[in-house]
Amino acid sequence: MSIEDRAMSVNRRGFFKISSALMGGILLEIHLPLVANADNGKPALATAFVEILADKSIQIYATSPEIGQGVKTSLPMIVAEEMDADWGDVRVRQSAIDKPTYGRQEAGGSESVRASWDMLREAGATVRLMLLRAAAQQWRVLPDTCATEAGYVVHSTSGRRLHYGDLAIAAASQAVPAKNELHFKEKADYRILGKRITGVDNFGIVTGAPLFGIDQKLPGMLYACYEKSPALGGTVVSSNIDEIKKLNGVVDAFVLDGNGNSEELAAGVAVVGNSTWAVLKAKRQLKIRWDESQLVPSSWSQDQLTAKEMMKRPGTQTVTNKGDVDAAFVDAAVVIEGFYQTPFLPHAPLEPQNATAWYKDDEIEIWAPTQAPHDAVRFAATIFDVPASSITLHQLRAGGGFGRRLMNDFVFEAIAISQKMGAPIKLQWTREDDMAHDCYRVGGFHGLKGAIDKDGRISGWQDHFVTYTTDAKKPARGANLNSREFPLALLDNAKATSSSLPVALRSGWWRAPGSNALAFVMQSFIHELSVAAKRDHLAFLLELMGEPRWLDPGNTRSLNTGRASEVIKRAAQEIDWGKSRLSGQGLGLAFHFSHRGHFAVAADLSVDEQKHVTINRIVVAGDAGPVINLSGAEHQCKGSVIDALSTLAALQVSFENGSIIESNFHQYPLLTMKQTPPIEVHFIESDFSPTGMGEPAFPPVAPAVCNAIFQACGERIRELPISNSGFTI
Amino acid sequence: MPTTSITINGKSHDVQSLDPEMPLLWYLRDELGLVGTKFGCGIGSCGACTVHINGLPMRSCRTPLSMLAGQEITTIEGLSGSDVLGPLQKAWVALDVPQCGYCQSGQLMAASALLVNNPQPTDDDIDAAMSGNLCRCGTYPRIRAAISMVANETLNPPTGVQIYDLETRNNLGEQT
Repeated sequence: MSIEDRAMSVNRRGFFKISSALMGGILLEIHLPLVANADNGKPALATAFVEILADKSIQIYATSPEIGQGVKTSLPMIVAEEMDADWGDVRVRQSAIDKPTYGRQEAGGSESVRASWDMLREAGATVRLMLLRAAAQQWRVLPDTCATEAGYVVHSTSGRRLHYGDLAIAAASQAVPAKNELHFKEKADYRILGKRITGVDNFGIVTGAPLFGIDQKLPGMLYACYEKSPALGGTVVSSNIDEIKKLNGVVDAFVLDGNGNSEELAAGVAVVGNSTWAVLKAKRQLKIRWDESQLVPSSWSQDQLTAKEMMKRPGTQTVTNKGDVDAAFVDAAVVIEGFYQTPFLPHAPLEPQNATAWYKDDEIEIWAPTQAPHDAVRFAATIFDVPASSITLHQLRAGGGFGRRLMNDFVFEAIAISQKMGAPIKLQWTREDDMAHDCYRVGGFHGLKGAIDKDGRISGWQDHFVTYTTDAKKPARGANLNSREFPLALLDNAKATSSSLPVALRSGWWRAPGSNALAFVMQSFIHELSVAAKRDHLAFLLELMGEPRWLDPGNTRSLNTGRASEVIKRAAQEIDWGKSRLSGQGLGLAFHFSHRGHFAVAADLSVDEQKHVTINRIVVAGDAGPVINLSGAEHQCKGSVIDALSTLAALQVSFENGSIIESNFHQYPLLTMKQTPPIEVHFIESDFSPTGMGEPAFPPVAPAVCNAIFQACGERIRELPISNSGFTI
Repeated sequence: MPTTSITINGKSHDVQSLDPEMPLLWYLRDELGLVGTKFGCGIGSCGACTVHINGLPMRSCRTPLSMLAGQEITTIEGLSGSDVLGPLQKAWVALDVPQCGYCQSGQLMAASALLVNNPQPTDDDIDAAMSGNLCRCGTYPRIRAAISMVANETLNPPTGVQIYDLETRNNLGEQT
C-alpha cells in the first residue's frame, strides 16, 4: 500500500493527515493543506517539521527541549540541510509536545541529535523531493534533470530557477515520496551542517524577551510557593497557615498531603498570593512542625567512615570476575592500592525550578521548563487521575538542566496547587528550595588495587565500589558500575564487586551520569599504575587500548579503541606532551568514553607552595562523529570543561539527619570568569553517525587535572573536590 | 512628603502603593512585566538580577523599593536605548555567547557598566568586573571575547559564522 493510500481523514484544521510508519515505529506525520491558500495566513506547505509560509520564509520546528545544549538550533539545521534550504530563510519555533508525531522529545543522555538524526534528515529530504518534483512538473521536464541549490530548484540545462516559496503550493499537492525514493546529501555538499550557526534565541536572550519557564504569565494567574520538609518524606503535623493567610498579598495557604511518593508529590505547605514577592515573604514566616519520626537520619560524615569499614571486605555483589586476579597479585612486580571518594552534588541550574499550571474542569494545561515533557504528562495523568489526552504541556526554554529537570516534581506541585485554587498558578521555588530538594548525584567510594607485571603492564585490577541505594534494592540513579566500564572490559584479570549504602535522599541523573565520577577514579588510578610501572602515561594508555576494534564486537555504540587512541594522541600532541617543564608545572592526560563520545583531555598547570593551582591550558580532543553546529559543539565542550573544573575545584553538598547543609551559592562556589583558563577544542570528525556533545567532554577533565597536579607537586588526589585536600583554583 | 517615584528605562513609576520591602527584581518582573532581569539566588551572589542603578551595576534581588526613590534604573530591556541592539548585544549574538541564556542579561548589564567606566579594559579588568556574575553553563570565554570585541571596536562576526536573526544581521550591517 502506498503512503498516499493511507490518507485517512480531513482533520479539524482542514489538513489531510497522512501517517507513514517510518523510523522503526516513529510516525512521521505530514500535514498537507486541503486547499492551498497563501492569503489566509496558512502555510503554503506544511509538514510536522517544516512549513513554507506565504512570505516564502521557511519555518522549522525544533522538537526537543532546549536547556542550553543548543538543540533548538542544531536539530532544525539537520532538517534545513536535507531540504537544501537557505539558512537565511529559516525561522525556528518550538514544536508541540506530541509523542506520536515526533517520537522522543527528551533532553537527556546527549541523545537528541543521535536519536533524531535519521528522522530529521528524512523530514528535510521529503520536502526537498516534493519541491523538486513540483518544479519539474511546472517546467515539463524530468525530475532527474532538476537539482536544488540553497532554497531554489534549478533546471540544469535551461538554467531556470524557482524559489521554494514559489513552489510551495504546487509541492504540497505532490504525493508524499516513499522513504526509498529519498536522496540524502553528501557531506561534501553540506552548506549548513558543520558550520558555525548562532543560537536561534540569541536575539530574545540579549534583549530580555520572555523565553524561559519563569517568564510565563497568564491572565488571572496567581503566584505560589511550596515549603517541604527539610528531610525527605516528612509530613505536616501543624502549621501557622491561619496567620499566613492574613498577610498582605496572600490569597490562600494550605497543606497538601502529597501522594506518598516524594519523587512525585511530597507533602508540604503551599502559599498562594498576588505576586512572587508576597508569597516568598510569607514563606519566610511559615512555622511548620514536621513529623520526621519515620525517617532515616542519613549522615554524610557517618557514611564516609562506614564506607572505609566496608572496604575491608569484598562487596556483596559481583560486577565482573575475569581471569585470575589473585594469581596476578601474587606474581606482580608492583602492587598498589588507592581509596577514592566522590561527593554528593546538586544540579543547581541557574533558573530555580518553576512551572505554571492550570487545572481546569476537564483538562490540565502546563507551561514548563522541563527536560522530560512526556514523563511530565504521563505521571501527571496517573497522579491526578485524568487521561493523558486531557493534558497539554507547552515546552518552555529552561535556564539550564544538567539532568535536574528530568524529574518533574515541580510540575506536579504546580498542578496540585492549581487544582486546589481553581485558577492558573505559577509555582516558584527559591534557590534554597532547589538546593534542599534536588535529586542528587550520589557520592561513591572505590577501594582499588592494581598489579604491574615484570614487563610494566597492568596484570591485575581489583575494585570494591561502595555506592548508594535509595530503595534498598538497586543502585541510585547514575550510580552503578557495570562489567563493560573502562578499563574493566579491556583487562585480562579484573575483579570488581559492589556494595550499597542506604540514603534517604532522592537521586538523579547529573551531566554524564556515572561517568562524571567513574572517569576521575579509573583514569587517576591508571595514572597511578603508570607511575608505579615507571612508564610514560601516554604510552601506557595507548598500550591499554591495543589494536583498533569495537570493544563489544559488532556494537557500534560501544567503545572503539581506535577512535580512543586517536583522541588520546591528539590531546597529547596539542598539549605538547613530553615538553620540558618548569618547577611546579605538570601535564596531565585522561580519556573517557561516555554517551557514545570518545573524549580525551589534557591539562597544563602549575602548583605553588600554597597549593594554589594555576591552569595554563586545557585541551579537549573529541570524536562524536560529524559536527552538526561547530559553534554549538565547541561551546558545549568548553562549557563541559568549565563545569568540570568548577566541580572538581570546590563543589559538594553534605547532609546530616537527612537534611542538606548547603543552602545557596555562597556555600556552593561555582567557577568564576577569573578562574577560567584558556581552553582549546579539537574535533576528529569520524564518519560514524553523530552523537551528542552536551556531556562527554566533562568526565576526563578531573582526572587530567589531578594527574597534572601529581606531576607538578607529587601529591595524589583521591578525593573530590580538591578543596578538601587544601587545593584552590 | 518624600518622593515615591522611580525612573526605569526613562519612564517614571509611582511605587507608593507597594510593599517598600519588595525587591526591585520582583517589581520589574511581576508588576512591570520586564522579565529580562532574572531570579537566580535571592541573596545577591549570582548576578542574574543585575541592573544599573544610576549607572552602577547592582543586584536587584537585594534592593528594596524603599531605597530607590528618585533613582534612575536601567534594565536589559532599556540597555540599547533607542537602538534595537547595543554594541554589546550585537557582539553577544555574533559570538554566539549564550548557552541556556539565563544569566546573560545580568552579564550584559555588568559588562556595559564596565565599559562605561573603563572603555579599554585589560583582560584582568574584565575578569575582575565580571567575576561576580555566575554562568552555570560556562560561557565565560565567549563573554570575555565579546567584551574585548566591543572595547577594541572590532564588531564583526568572525569569518564563517552565520547569524540566525535577520534583524541582527541588518543591525550588524551585513548584506542579506
